[in-house]
Amino acid sequence: MRAIEPWVERPLTEFLGESAARVTLLMTASGQVVAQHGFTRSLDVMSAAALGAGIMAATAELARVMGSRPLDAVVHQGTGLGLYLAAFSTPRGRWIGLVVFGAETSLGLVQLFFARLTQDLERAAPAAEPARQVLAENFEDELNSSLRALFGR
Amino acid sequence: MSLTDTLDTLTRIAGVRGALLVSREDGLVVAEALMDSLDGAAVAALAASLTQRIGGMTAALGHPEGVLVQLTGSEGALLVAPAPGGLLVVAIAAADVNAGELRLGLLAAAEQSA
Repeated sequence: MRAIEPWVERPLTEFLGESAARVTLLMTASGQVVAQHGFTRSLDVMSAAALGAGIMAATAELARVMGSRPLDAVVHQGTGLGLYLAAFSTPRGRWIGLVVFGAETSLGLVQLFFARLTQDLERAAPAAEPARQVLAENFEDELNSSLRALFGR
Repeated sequence: MSLTDTLDTLTRIAGVRGALLVSREDGLVVAEALMDSLDGAAVAALAASLTQRIGGMTAALGHPEGVLVQLTGSEGALLVAPAPGGLLVVAIAAADVNAGELRLGLLAAAEQSA
């Protein structure tokens, strides 16, 4: 498990242990990765984050067209694999969780422990730091630092 | 008999705090009749997981699947009966419930929910 924000690690570790999820990705509503477990390639995690954020944006728009509030979660259930995608609020803004699970667990367990994860994240979140200015000269360093945090290299 | 009627037959038993029909594979609530402020989604998910694990254990031992799972604690009990159609009938009861009556009720409910 890799996380850009260290305070995410403990709640996410507990979620992974309890839910038996195979792959988990936490990202901001815009698709920026916060933490991941189960991915081995940076390309995969970036693609999954972009697709997950896109799905949530599309369902939010669909809900708006139908005159409904934004949908909280989307579930894709296959024969051997399920995908749970849910948006939730944190002190750091709106985040999205993408969970891939197999037959060793169930959608009910994933939903149950994901709800606990969102509560734990809300409690664990430190006070918001003032936004740092991203300058062109340290953009590469910031990017490499994030990639190292996510993939350990 | 409707699903609600099936659950009502269980919640009428003294000491039963709630009853649920749960999707066995997903661990999701299909129908519920909970008397207290019980978290039906949590009960459903954990009961389905428990049943799946016990089913795996009995299969590993070469036994047929059980017809009832009973988990008794100091303050109450959880009973689960697999039903046809991929459902589970789940009951949550206080410690002083008539366990025999509840077991019979649960097995009957499992048959009726087919």
